[in-house]
Amino acid sequence: MHGKYHVRTTINGEAVEFLCEPRQSLLECLRDILGLTGSKEGCNDGNCGACTVILDGRIVNSCLVLGAEADGADITTIEGVARGSRLHPVQRAFLEQAALQCGVCTPGLIVAAKALLEAEAQPSEERIRFWLANNLCRCTGYDKIVRAVQQAAHEMQEVNR
Amino acid sequence: MKWFDYAAPRSVAEAVRLLAAHPAARTLAGGTDLLVQLRSGRKETDLVVDIKRIPELNELRYDPAAGLTLGAAVPCYRIYQHAGLRLAYPALAETASLIGGTQIQGRASVGGNLCNASPSADTVPLLIALSATCHIAGPQGTRAIPVEDFCVAPGRNILTPGELLVSLHVPPPAPHSGARYLRFIPRNEMDIAVAGAGVSVTLDHGHFRSARIALAAVAPTPLLVREAGDALAGRPVSAESMGAAAELAKAAARPITDMRGTAEYRRHLCAVLTRRALEAAVAQAKGN
Ligand SMILES: Cc1cc2nc3c(=O)[nH]c(=O)nc-3n(C[C@H](O)[C@H](O)[C@H](O)COP(=O)(O)OP(=O)(O)OC[C@H]3O[C@@H](n4cnc5c(N)ncnc54)[C@H](O)[C@@H]3O)c2cc1C
Ligand code: FES
Ligand code: FES
Repeated sequence: MHGKYHVRTTINGEAVEFLCEPRQSLLECLRDILGLTGSKEGCNDGNCGACTVILDGRIVNSCLVLGAEADGADITTIEGVARGSRLHPVQRAFLEQAALQCGVCTPGLIVAAKALLEAEAQPSEERIRFWLANNLCRCTGYDKIVRAVQQAAHEMQEVNR
Repeated sequence: MKWFDYAAPRSVAEAVRLLAAHPAARTLAGGTDLLVQLRSGRKETDLVVDIKRIPELNELRYDPAAGLTLGAAVPCYRIYQHAGLRLAYPALAETASLIGGTQIQGRASVGGNLCNASPSADTVPLLIALSATCHIAGPQGTRAIPVEDFCVAPGRNILTPGELLVSLHVPPPAPHSGARYLRFIPRNEMDIAVAGAGVSVTLDHGHFRSARIALAAVAPTPLLVREAGDALAGRPVSAESMGAAAELAKAAARPITDMRGTAEYRRHLCAVLTRRALEAAVAQAKGN
């Protein structure tokens, strides 16, 4: 009696259809139905940002979106950030600046930082910190993360010159 | 989360029909309160009615003569990215940018902030100060009520089964007016207000023509302190007059002691935040 919901989306540039229960979050759909396990579940209540994806151009916590709500949406997950084996400048900068330790927060931070740098070429440090305020990291102390985003911003500008 | 069904109606009439037919249904805007509450078991439902596909609920229109129409499901980021709105209601744009962080602002609506009826909801004191009204649709038709009458208890609003908030209307800003919402949180962002104060003022040659003051997190509902605003009408703009209004706001507060702060501390905050918000609103009013 409890029907499933048919969702049609575009994920990382590809048309993707799936069936989900109305109560399943987009995060659960990505991880458990579609096998896209890059997005992490940290808190499951909107505080930590480990589940961050880009939904129709805006970053959101996928734990606070129902899969059913994503019908018709365009979604980018961490799996869609690199071009094949070519890392995104934000990913490279995270490695070079050692901006991760355990790595649980990293996918969410990279997706969030990528969205920022695509919207704003040269965000100030304060802007970066406020933009990433919904992404908690219990390991790094944030400084290295901010440096990495600054380095990526710099590199992306060089490329665009 | 417990099992529930999902519907995404395309019209207000269809939403009202669904809500009226399912007394346990819950309205879903950005979901940043509702999904947390459903997951934790604090709320239950058999049907989630997603209102984001209804055109009126997404309306965001500012007209210098008519004022602002803010669809109840419009997410915060659209509010602070709207150039006309930012100019006409800078305090509203700023307050929308206080809710959660970037991800939350991508979903969370002012309508949801109000309907959730938390005493600490950040946008509500400002909406009250700005004399905003709620436009409600239900099985019996539509009605409009002032925002200060909307919340009745923690987590409870005046909506009856089948009703939903369609939009908020904010009157056009008067000449020489200003507004501001200030909250106190122990961090710089991503926290719940210990106390908050939203004010609006209209000036007339160095005097207050009128003022409205409302408080967050110091009563079971967001609190309009009518007497504090009225006390400013006709008075000169001065530290004394604003200090007196701030004391009236403090006297009206009925806070509780909890993990975020003691009742005494909250009362103190009411005076400080009201005075500072008045100073900021006056500075803005002098500029326009
Ligand atoms: C990490 C985090 C940080 C937060 N930070 C803040 C903060 O700083 N300040 C703050 O005030 N809040 C904060 N919140 C709470 C929440 O984000 C806000 O209250 C938000 O504005 C709710 O809007 P929404 O669109 O997500 O509402 P929803 O969750 O969709 O709905 C909220 C409630 O209102 C009802 N509802 C929604 N729309 C309507 C309608 N049109 N008609 C009738 N009923 C309706 C729903 O059924 C539900 O009960 C935070 C939440 C999280 C998870
Ligand atoms: S898992 Fe979604 S915000 Fe923490
Ligand atoms: S690297 Fe461990 S939480 Fe950020």
